[in-house]
Amino acid sequence: MSKIHVTTTVNGDAAEFLTDPGTTLLDGLRDHLGLTGSKEGCGSGDCGACSIIVDGRLVCACLMLAAEAEGRRIETIEGMAQGSELHPLQQKFLEHAALQCGFCTPGLLVAAKALLDTNPDPTEEETRYWLAGNLCRCTGYDKVIRAVLDAAAVLRQERRAA
Amino acid sequence: MPHVLAMGGDVAQFTGGASEFDVAATTVGAMIRELERRWPGLGDYVERRMAVAIDGEIHQDANGATLAEGSEVCLIPRIGGG
Amino acid sequence: MSDVLDRPDAKPGFTSVGTRPIRPDGFDKVTGKAAYGADLVMPGMLHGRIKRSPLAHARILGIDARKALALPGVKAVVTGADFPDFAAEILEGGEAASNTRDMAVNIIARDKVLYDGHCVAAVAAISPAIAEAALELIEVAYEPLPHVIDVEAAMAPDAPVLHDHLFTEGVEPRPTLPSNIAKRHEFVRGDVGAALAEAEVTVVGRYTTKAVHQGYIEPHACVASMSADGQGYVWSSSQGHFMVRTYCAKVLGLEISDLRVTPAEIGGGFGGKTVVYLEPLALALSRASGAPVKMVMSRDEVFRATGPTSGGVIEVKLGARPDGTIIAADVTLKFQAGAFPGSPVGAACMTAIACYDIPNFSVVGWDVVTNSPKVAAYRAPGAPIAAFGVESAMDELARKLGMDPIVLRAKNGARNGVKASYGPTFANIGFLETLDAIKQHPNYVIPLGPNQGRGVAAGFWFNVGGESTAAVHLGEDGTATVVTGNPDIGGSRASMAIMAAEVLGVSVDRVRPMIADTASIGYSMLTGGSRTTFATGMAVVQAAEKVVAELKTRAAKIWDVPVEEVEWAAGQAVCLAKPDVRPLTLRGLAGQSARTGGPISAEVSLNAQGAGPGFAVHLCDVEVDPETGHVTVLRYLAAQDVGRAIHPAYVEGQMQGGAAQGVGWALNEEYIFDAEGRMENAGFLDYRVPVASDLPMIDTVMIEVPNPRHPYGAKGVGEAPIVPPLAAVANAVRAAIGVRMPDLPLSPPKIRAAIDAKGA
Repeated sequence: MSKIHVTTTVNGDAAEFLTDPGTTLLDGLRDHLGLTGSKEGCGSGDCGACSIIVDGRLVCACLMLAAEAEGRRIETIEGMAQGSELHPLQQKFLEHAALQCGFCTPGLLVAAKALLDTNPDPTEEETRYWLAGNLCRCTGYDKVIRAVLDAAAVLRQERRAA
Repeated sequence: MPHVLAMGGDVAQFTGGASEFDVAATTVGAMIRELERRWPGLGDYVERRMAVAIDGEIHQDANGATLAEGSEVCLIPRIGGG
Repeated sequence: MSDVLDRPDAKPGFTSVGTRPIRPDGFDKVTGKAAYGADLVMPGMLHGRIKRSPLAHARILGIDARKALALPGVKAVVTGADFPDFAAEILEGGEAASNTRDMAVNIIARDKVLYDGHCVAAVAAISPAIAEAALELIEVAYEPLPHVIDVEAAMAPDAPVLHDHLFTEGVEPRPTLPSNIAKRHEFVRGDVGAALAEAEVTVVGRYTTKAVHQGYIEPHACVASMSADGQGYVWSSSQGHFMVRTYCAKVLGLEISDLRVTPAEIGGGFGGKTVVYLEPLALALSRASGAPVKMVMSRDEVFRATGPTSGGVIEVKLGARPDGTIIAADVTLKFQAGAFPGSPVGAACMTAIACYDIPNFSVVGWDVVTNSPKVAAYRAPGAPIAAFGVESAMDELARKLGMDPIVLRAKNGARNGVKASYGPTFANIGFLETLDAIKQHPNYVIPLGPNQGRGVAAGFWFNVGGESTAAVHLGEDGTATVVTGNPDIGGSRASMAIMAAEVLGVSVDRVRPMIADTASIGYSMLTGGSRTTFATGMAVVQAAEKVVAELKTRAAKIWDVPVEEVEWAAGQAVCLAKPDVRPLTLRGLAGQSARTGGPISAEVSLNAQGAGPGFAVHLCDVEVDPETGHVTVLRYLAAQDVGRAIHPAYVEGQMQGGAAQGVGWALNEEYIFDAEGRMENAGFLDYRVPVASDLPMIDTVMIEVPNPRHPYGAKGVGEAPIVPPLAAVANAVRAAIGVRMPDLPLSPPKIRAAIDAKGA
């Protein structure tokens, strides 16, 4: 079977690649576009390490096909910082020491961004349930939640100031 | 003369049951040689498979560590972590 | 170089130690730039896949790979026949002594498969899809054999025997028939039989745990390249690249200096990555094909074919006087080792009652092989399982005595001057202080509502020292590079920078830590055993001190004074002989280094001794839903004697992470095998680790009783936090539902059944 030609937008930039029909979007991003920030932890959509945002919606890249990226707008961890300026979530993760091995961190950051894009003032409980699809084995989630709530406050402040 | 205590059944296999004994040695290496002399195989076993606690501090692969006159010396199985 | 140096008690008033700088590798990790095992691409790289046994126990009658080799795009196939076969040998490349042959046979089977998922062959091809297709074309003929997984069933006289050459060690007389019982361990003091008979209050319990996995989110991954001249290169995520080098050399019959291993960033290990599974296979495939080979495990493979920890049986008898003095403890432990000998039951025997000063005890442990994956280390290996039984029994004893559970533990608690249950006399320990921290905490007295319960439990872990090398180099601008050989699992790089900065007297942001490959730094034992901050930190401090000594020598030369007249303070050389001479800064001295003698750097190799043990006490409040049996953790408090918190945020992180793993172990996690011995829940959907909505904030209290053997008083902290949670949760559930739950995990159906039985 011949490959499928995909044209898409990733982190604001036009991107295109050739892919086998059965290749997941996660493998497409990592292997065809060299965007290895999204990670495979399970391949079955249970761990969230491959979290990306597609057309404004949080998805597991391992549960989509690369071919399904055609014509869509994809955001990955690589697009979160603006040049050298970290997103407040990234900054707060560092300040709160909300990562240890860091493997789940890209997925958690993208998922947290998706949360704050839709709910700028989540409670602790809302945050925990939203992030329940992102497994972390190192931190016990405590510092992660604190970082997300702190970043939410920063973003609300920035919005008021703007 | 340092007094040596061995918890656990490993050492008793070599000594025919004894788990406490005095050893004339001023370093761990000398102790190991003395144990090997008295109970063939034991010195080698201690050197490769055991750790030595000297006055409460655990030493592994520390043949140069000194044993003072009244040192409490314990032979314990090697510890690995995760 | 020895680590023995005269050192006074570590003082307060540090500049960098105890601060919370942002970790130096943090920017890369929050932007997705950091490179883990599966992230490397090499030109011409092939993809490797593994053919695994579908049977739990079978003889391999033959393997035919001809059709696979003929498939276009397949470049190499290896089986056990392609690897050296050698006599059993105790290997000291990693932390735990392991039998080389067992490890090699676990990596790729020879005449038998011993568990569902055991590797029988490996393939390298130009694409993952072709490699997968090739697996289907490898024909393996098996003669199925009966299998056994339950530990007591494996000990039974009629159990199927895994190894014809396995005769039980540690029993007299030595058995003449092989069995699945690899070893009997025994630790005895006093006369436990007489003491139990004499005790007025006794508690008897039988507790069980199931096999659980470390659950690191990153599957094992590596890229290996072997050249025609026999030199090899490995990129892999592991807890120790020197360990990877040693094991690959042994398994493949290579010379150590022919291999160079670069540590990738590691996505979690917890002990499970202190051994190798893929690297020798990838090297062998690369050698056969002439191209680099990448191998990445699927999650299914991680569960079925890496190293979970043992499931076990813990039988406990405690005997006490009415005033709460425990005079007797009789503990029996039976642990699954998986397919080859070497469960952590020995360490479990030593830690089981280490928190207490009990004059009469017998602790016996059985190491038993089973048709399940060979167990690997999991954070304080063995100790959580033993503690689950002992701390549950302590809880029952407190109830029987009508005593507060902390008061009971403190009354019998280990303290300085007490002979530990495993032999040595304790010094500089903080168990009583840690117990008291829980008792004094406001959480201890928060009122509880219906269906809620509070549990407390204690735990102990040795922590280890061992071999480490560190180097400190000064740049011409006075910034420093600190180089070590320990992969950073939990933020240790930051602590290395802190300690070097403290010695040099400069700000932490002028010190950059690096982790070098095996050719670029001297040998280091792996990252595990809670050893890195202690042992590698010690090497860092000594290397930095050598640099400071050299800086003073240079200053003395410049000032033309004896070096004894030079003092190093706050990052500067001060001339004591000529007080009106301006001090020389580190930057200034570094800039002149060529003129004063050459580059300024130092490397220190040592074998750190005297690691301080860790004591942890946890407090857990739960609410049980009587209709569903679901347990909600309402509050969790972890207290621990940490020696000195070099970077407090990462110490807290270790305490919180260990507690979370323990909660999962207590409530949900377990290996479920079907009647054929195949794992049924080899994925994160059905192997249920805690998620963010399962846990509350985890509060921590760090007690600092410094370890005088470390320049800043550090003790290992990573492992002790996983020891108490199993019983802390179980004791809380007992309080909530009024029924003792002795079998983990405490999943909802079990709790419902217990509530129903109680009501009946």
